[in-house]
Parts: sequence; structure tokens; C-alpha cells
Amino acid sequence: MQSEAQLVAALRAGDQEAFRKLIEMYHAMLVRVARMYVSNQATAEDVAAETWLAVLEGIDRFEGRSSLKTWLFRILTNRAKTRGIREGRSLPFSALEPDEPAVDADRFHGADHNWPGHWAAAPAGFPEERLLAAETRDVIERTIAALPPTQRAVISLRDVEGWSAEEVCNALTLTETNQRVLLHRARSAVRAALEQYLEES
Amino acid sequence: MTQPPNTYEELSCQELVELVTDYLEGALPGELHERFDEHIAHCSGCQGYLAQMRATIRATGTLTPESLSPDAESALLEAFRGWRRSPD
Repeated sequence: MQSEAQLVAALRAGDQEAFRKLIEMYHAMLVRVARMYVSNQATAEDVAAETWLAVLEGIDRFEGRSSLKTWLFRILTNRAKTRGIREGRSLPFSALEPDEPAVDADRFHGADHNWPGHWAAAPAGFPEERLLAAETRDVIERTIAALPPTQRAVISLRDVEGWSAEEVCNALTLTETNQRVLLHRARSAVRAALEQYLEES
Repeated sequence: MTQPPNTYEELSCQELVELVTDYLEGALPGELHERFDEHIAHCSGCQGYLAQMRATIRATGTLTPESLSPDAESALLEAFRGWRRSPD
């Protein structure tokens, strides 16, 4: 595995393999993040492709003060935001979608009960052996694919790609609070889908 | 024997489920973190919920990251060669 500094040096020297490695690592995620700001997939792919050209043109000026990853996603989000504004879209975090509860209200006792807000039907742990089955993973993938683009990007970066909260905030220029709100909604949706699937079958 | 008075109001399960991500991220303020721990220690439903949430994160972590399509790869490599040929 090459270090980031080695990849940057190779890219400056015009090494195609270094470029291929970078696009394999990041391109699909760039498209997914761009989709937070623009209205369709084709535009998101366009913005990601432009971002690579901007990276190549700017690589001589890259000083390594942030990580290459952060720098790359910063270029992308700036471009995607500009494109989104031109499309007349409002920025995704100025209007977070209205609050959906993490768990349906009917799972809890109502106000007329002795213990309002306590579980009426308590959750049990998931069966470990089924959790990692291919079918269960399909359920997770489908649920993530159906999330709003902002939640989809955050859960993909955090829980699929394994980025830290700080890396996600930096790359997407999100506040820590918004990052957590989006992660919370996304994880809650996946949990609910898993619970339903594992109980049904 | 009388119970010592509660120094703070108890969380309900419905409130707790909205705090789970902040709890797991270490972002709950101290007092709220204590109330969370206090609740979970005595509530099997919320223990089950927290276990489900941890299992969800673990299972999501086993997904394969989305890969680059062959079409996108060849278009980007073409653009790369164009950049390399450019005079500056």
C-alpha cells in the first residue's frame, strides 16, 4: 500500500497507475456525495469528473496541510454546491427534512398508561447468525439506497467506508451536530428495516 | 424504607431511542449521559434496542463499498491522458 505522499508524487509525475488507484478508492463516493447537492445522477457524475480534472490541475499546489482525501472532497463539495445553486436547489442542510421518530410511536405506551413513553413491545437482540447472511445485507443495501441523499452519503462514509466523524464533517463541510442528526436518522432507518425483516421471516 | 428522591427526571424509552447515536458518538453532555446509563441499567427493552443498534452498525460495516464502473473508469483514464498531454 502506497502512502498518500507517494501517491501525490506519482500523480505529479503523470503516473496513470496512481490515478487509477485514486479513482478506484474515491470516485464512487464522490458521485454519492455530489448527489447530496445536485438533482440527478448524471449531474453528480459530471461534477465528480470535473473534480478529478481540478485535482490534476491543482496537484502541484497541494501542500499536504489537509489529507488528500479531505482536499479532494472539499473540491467536490464546493463544485457540487455551486452546481446545485445554479440548478435552483436549496442547500441540503439549511433545510433538514422534518423529524421522523427513530422508532414508531405505537411501539411505546401512550400518555394514558402508567408508564407513558415506555416500551409496549420491547425490542430483543438480533440473531447473530442471520445478521451477516447475504439476504440481510441486501436488506441493508436497499434501505440505504432508498434514504435521502444526505443521509445516504453520511451513513456510507461513516459505517460502510469507516471514516471518522471528523473526516466526514471536514469533507462535507457539515457541523458536528448536523453530521450526527443525519447519521442518527440513517442508522435508525436501517435498524427499523432489519428488525422488521428479521421478525417477519 | 423510603427511596432517596430522584435528583433528576427519568428518561422515557421513547426519549432514549433518540439519544442513542449521540450516546454512541460520545456526544451526550455529562448529566444526560448519566441519565442514559441509569435508564439502560434497569430497562431490558432499551438494552435490546442498544444491542440492535450496535448490531446494525456492525452489519452495515460488512457491506462492500460501492465500486467504480468500467465505463466511468475508462472515461476518467481518458481524461487523465488528455491532461498529461496538455502542454503546461
